[in-house]
Amino acid sequence: MSKPVELTIDGKKVTAKEGETILEAARRNGLYIPALCYLEGVSSFGGCRVCVVELKGSPRVFASCVTPVTGGMEVVTDSEKLRRYRRWAVELLLAERPHVCSVCVANGSCELQQLATELGVDHLRVDREWTDYEVDLTHERFAYDPNRCILCTRCIRVCDEVEGVHTLDLMLRGKNSKVIFDLDENWGFSRSCTSCGKCSASCPVGALYVKGKPLSEVKKKDLVSFIMERRSEK
Amino acid sequence: MPNSGGQQTGVKSDRRLQMLEAAIKQHQYSKDALLEILHTAQELYGYLDKDLLQHISRQLRLPPSHVYGVATFYNLFKLKKPGMHVVTVCMGTACYVKGAENIVSTIEREFNLKRGGTTSDGRLSLFVTRCIGACAMAPNAIVDGEVIGKATPEDVLRKVKSAMGAEMVEAR
Repeated sequence: MSKPVELTIDGKKVTAKEGETILEAARRNGLYIPALCYLEGVSSFGGCRVCVVELKGSPRVFASCVTPVTGGMEVVTDSEKLRRYRRWAVELLLAERPHVCSVCVANGSCELQQLATELGVDHLRVDREWTDYEVDLTHERFAYDPNRCILCTRCIRVCDEVEGVHTLDLMLRGKNSKVIFDLDENWGFSRSCTSCGKCSASCPVGALYVKGKPLSEVKKKDLVSFIMERRSEK
Repeated sequence: MPNSGGQQTGVKSDRRLQMLEAAIKQHQYSKDALLEILHTAQELYGYLDKDLLQHISRQLRLPPSHVYGVATFYNLFKLKKPGMHVVTVCMGTACYVKGAENIVSTIEREFNLKRGGTTSDGRLSLFVTRCIGACAMAPNAIVDGEVIGKATPEDVLRKVKSAMGAEMVEAR
């Protein structure tokens, strides 16, 4: 058995398991830290920088999804500085591709939209990049619109770690990155895809979705953690 | 389904494929050897097309998307057939400040091609890259493997033309 670790989050005393991350400990104790690329049940990589927190005694901020808890840690999850950081992260995500809510299938059930609202992002301080990726409608059940993708790689990790086929991956680098199927082929022609739909269930925005269904019905953010929990009980 | 062994890929069986197979075997089909194998493949074929990447992914039992992701991540790997001659201009900070952009746009104008592209007759490709590690000699350009330091647009143009001219003479 691993030893329990005691720490304080926003002044509240919290007991966490050894090796657990700050984000996991906070969520298990009902404390909210916003996050985009984090998905319960799969690995974390600290990409979106929305889950940043402050630690007493350090001038820098930490991505709580990849920072393990240590005894006596004092965590601050909300401050003027953190809100400024998070706001920038969300603004840059919104600027990277043409996220136009009014014409998006995810309007109303989008995690990015929700977060932007929460942080009061009503305008962007940088210019938008109007990317023009082709929408992939070749799969009979699913659709993929790279223009709405925020490169959180949830779909890639779910496909690799939960479904286990690794149909999806990332090509190129930086802001030119793009989620691809096999050798950047059309989804409908992918030979490894099992059409399980876990990727579209996990997508935080409207990039991967089920054709002809409202996104609110398709999105199941806790599907992956549910599967992993059942699996561990075996 | 993937990895049903013995399947035909679009890669023609020839001497180059034999050498690639030998390299893969030498690395004992290890997944960790992907980068080395990609280097070997590019040395043998000059560039990595999709059939070749498919073949490598099957041999190393790696997901095709992963192989494609790695091949596109590194600028050194070419996915399209490059021209007979290749100019690479360094666009690292030092070279950029010293006027690399001018060299690139001169070549683009002179040969009517875009950076990253190849002329329609397939004779010249122009690539840009980040820092080749010779900042003291900035700006740098590489013409067919030969580095030109403290390059001016005229220097590079002359070198490219002479490389292309030599090939014309050989052809005669």
